[in-house]
Amino acid sequence: MRFPTAPAPHLAPTNSVTRIMLAVLAASIPGIVALFWQFGPGVLVQIPLALVTALTVEAMVLTLRKRRILPVLMDGSAAVTALLLAVSLPPLVPWWITVFGILFAIVIGKQLYGGLGYNPFNPAMVGYAVLLISFPRQMTAWSPPLALVGSNLSFADCAAIIFQQESAVAFDGLSQATPLDMLKTQLGLQTHLDEIQSAGVFGGMSGKGWQWVNVWFLMGGLWMLRRGIIDWRIPLGFLGSLYLLAMFFFLYEPAVYPSPLFHWFGGATMLGAFFIATDPVSASTTPRGRLIYGALIGVLVYVIRSWGGYPDGVAFAVLLLNFAAPTIDHYTRPRVYGHSR
Amino acid sequence: MFGLWNFDGGIHLPTHKAESSLAPMQVAELPKELIYPLMMRNGEKAKPLVSTGEQVRRGQSVVGADGWMNPPLHAATSGKVRGIEQRLWPHPSGLVGDCIVIDVDGDDESVEFQGTANYASIQPGELLDKIHAAGIVGLGGAAFPTAVKLNPQPYAIDTLLLNGAECEPYITCDDSLLRHFPHEVLGGAKLLMHILGVNRCLLAVGEDMPDAIIVLEKAQSEGEYGNIHIIPVPAIYPTGGEKQLIKVLTGREVPAHGIPAGIGVICQNVATAAAIHKAITTGEPLISRIVTITGRGVLHPQNLLARIGTPIAELVEHCGGYTDSVQRLIMGGPMMGFALPADDLPITKATNCILVAGQGEVIHDKQAMPCIRCGACATACPVSLLPQQLYWHARADKLDRLMEYHLPDCIECGCCDIVCPSHIPLVQYFRSAKSKVAAKERERLKADNARLRYEARQARKEREKLEKAESARRKKESLARATEIPKGMGKV
Repeated sequence: MRFPTAPAPHLAPTNSVTRIMLAVLAASIPGIVALFWQFGPGVLVQIPLALVTALTVEAMVLTLRKRRILPVLMDGSAAVTALLLAVSLPPLVPWWITVFGILFAIVIGKQLYGGLGYNPFNPAMVGYAVLLISFPRQMTAWSPPLALVGSNLSFADCAAIIFQQESAVAFDGLSQATPLDMLKTQLGLQTHLDEIQSAGVFGGMSGKGWQWVNVWFLMGGLWMLRRGIIDWRIPLGFLGSLYLLAMFFFLYEPAVYPSPLFHWFGGATMLGAFFIATDPVSASTTPRGRLIYGALIGVLVYVIRSWGGYPDGVAFAVLLLNFAAPTIDHYTRPRVYGHSR
Repeated sequence: MFGLWNFDGGIHLPTHKAESSLAPMQVAELPKELIYPLMMRNGEKAKPLVSTGEQVRRGQSVVGADGWMNPPLHAATSGKVRGIEQRLWPHPSGLVGDCIVIDVDGDDESVEFQGTANYASIQPGELLDKIHAAGIVGLGGAAFPTAVKLNPQPYAIDTLLLNGAECEPYITCDDSLLRHFPHEVLGGAKLLMHILGVNRCLLAVGEDMPDAIIVLEKAQSEGEYGNIHIIPVPAIYPTGGEKQLIKVLTGREVPAHGIPAGIGVICQNVATAAAIHKAITTGEPLISRIVTITGRGVLHPQNLLARIGTPIAELVEHCGGYTDSVQRLIMGGPMMGFALPADDLPITKATNCILVAGQGEVIHDKQAMPCIRCGACATACPVSLLPQQLYWHARADKLDRLMEYHLPDCIECGCCDIVCPSHIPLVQYFRSAKSKVAAKERERLKADNARLRYEARQARKEREKLEKAESARRKKESLARATEIPKGMGKV
């Protein structure tokens, strides 16, 4: 009797890229729910917009590159990029901001480098950085938390604002500085930290609304850790170094430097630690390298927040460390069995 | 309690052992023919000792020894040599080559075996001669000549390891051996300790083989087996790999270009130990072994005590034949075994398992996606390599970078392949890269050799030229002297 042959190993692989991407999407749901609950339904308009744009744009580029479209779209990486960018944007930004950001992220940040696996930079952060630098006004028009404003915009209202750009209403009545932004401005005006933090914008741990978003992204991140979707070293490095650095300066001058918990639960820390910095393609790959990579991101986030020009530094910190990842990998190669070094 | 060390990496695999280990082990009936491929370790062809039409008996040598690295091969039962035929070899290459084919007559007539129960008085050197003459090679799968391994000059050995870890899924032949022949294994351990002059033996048994552990411990209490420690080891693949097992049991690492003997350890499979015991105490050479026939493609998976040289088709028949879902025939386990194109190939000394894979057991078409640099491969690698970097450099044919990242240390276990979410066939890239590196090395040696010969030739030509000039000069001188008019003679 004759048989077809095939090379070893013969067992089916235990994992797949699609499974990993779907798990990341699932883990972000608690955070998205928190965003919706704290800041209104704007994020629920941005996400589908981003998803549709991302998949369409990727399909178009793949056609240009003469590649097969369906297997690439089905791997889920464009969807994850779209989701991460959509939750990083202010919920009521005009639709063209989202579209432009996705276009840049997918086409230039990912496909022009060769597609999944070849991009040196995190595509979502590439899109975000381009938007932040090109359209600072729209990108800093954050909605205040619903608890403070009390105005309940419906899904339809948000869609109308996003797609029809009723700009006067969008910016004057509906936007407010984020807690980190307010912190930076007030500290610049030499206001004491206690005084700043007693303002209504701040909750128990960090910015009102934002602290809950961070808590829920943390929950999603811990679930991913448990399921083995991400490596524990990058979040631990990031959160660990951020905590230590913040604690050091907080103890040194509590009037000027906020507490470590404020940093942990403010801004995009948890999203960055578990969803953005852990993007495998652009991060470091060796075990020790990942700890260093995460730790340096935490350092840069703290530096940019405290002394840099932007209220939050996650995007830039991640992009800068994406530059450094190959070098970090080169110098942190593990010792091979049987070799002394 | 014996403390164990860890090795980095490794993966948990569903073991699939119950399918074949629960069924009772049986003795396979005599096959209708025996096939002995004439292939040697170095790839050259072996020379048969028998010719067409010759009657052979069980235990008779059919392929002679060729140095210590090529022990003899013996007929597993009596019959007549049908001839030396061109058949498919049981080898991953799928090459066709000469094989001795014997028509079994069913009498099972054997040569006289001369064993000795009192081996303690025999010198180790003589025992090694007997082991070599019995054709014993490593039965764990690599078939390394045992007599060579047990002669570790100039290293001093302090520990004997017996490998009963059997970490690869589906394979249960060692489990079966330990449960049915514990005294042979323990006796073999004692014999080996005598040969090597060590007084410490660590017998590793997989944790997922509790029955074997119980039987061994009971047998140990029944005999005089001091200094043999039965140690359960975790059922993580590939704990049974020699280098990994040495690390787990002793904490020592085999150095990169060295052998275990260099760190004082010799490792033998439990089946090899049992074969040595049989050869010394009864005189019977290596002509049979336990083989696991398993998988959804065979009706009654089980372990068989089979004669070496038996065609696989006959063993499958003994197990009830193929089921409807049979898809692939694998010699070895699902991680490191190689697929066979036909079932009329024989089992060899190295065959520990025939996996008749059926529906859902093997993967057919792996659609490789780009590497997402997730690092799962590096986490799983038991040698702490960076398979990701090896993959990139193998694709780019950067052979010097591959050597920098220690490609030769890869044991081709397949852990990286299994965990890769992009389904990249990593082991195939590494095998191909290793052969490219080896080919380049051969080219370099050939080029070096050619260069040396060229330089030698140039030097020789120079030398000849000088010698010619020298002899021409001398000739001229002597001619000049000969035709020189002697003084005083003057003109006549």
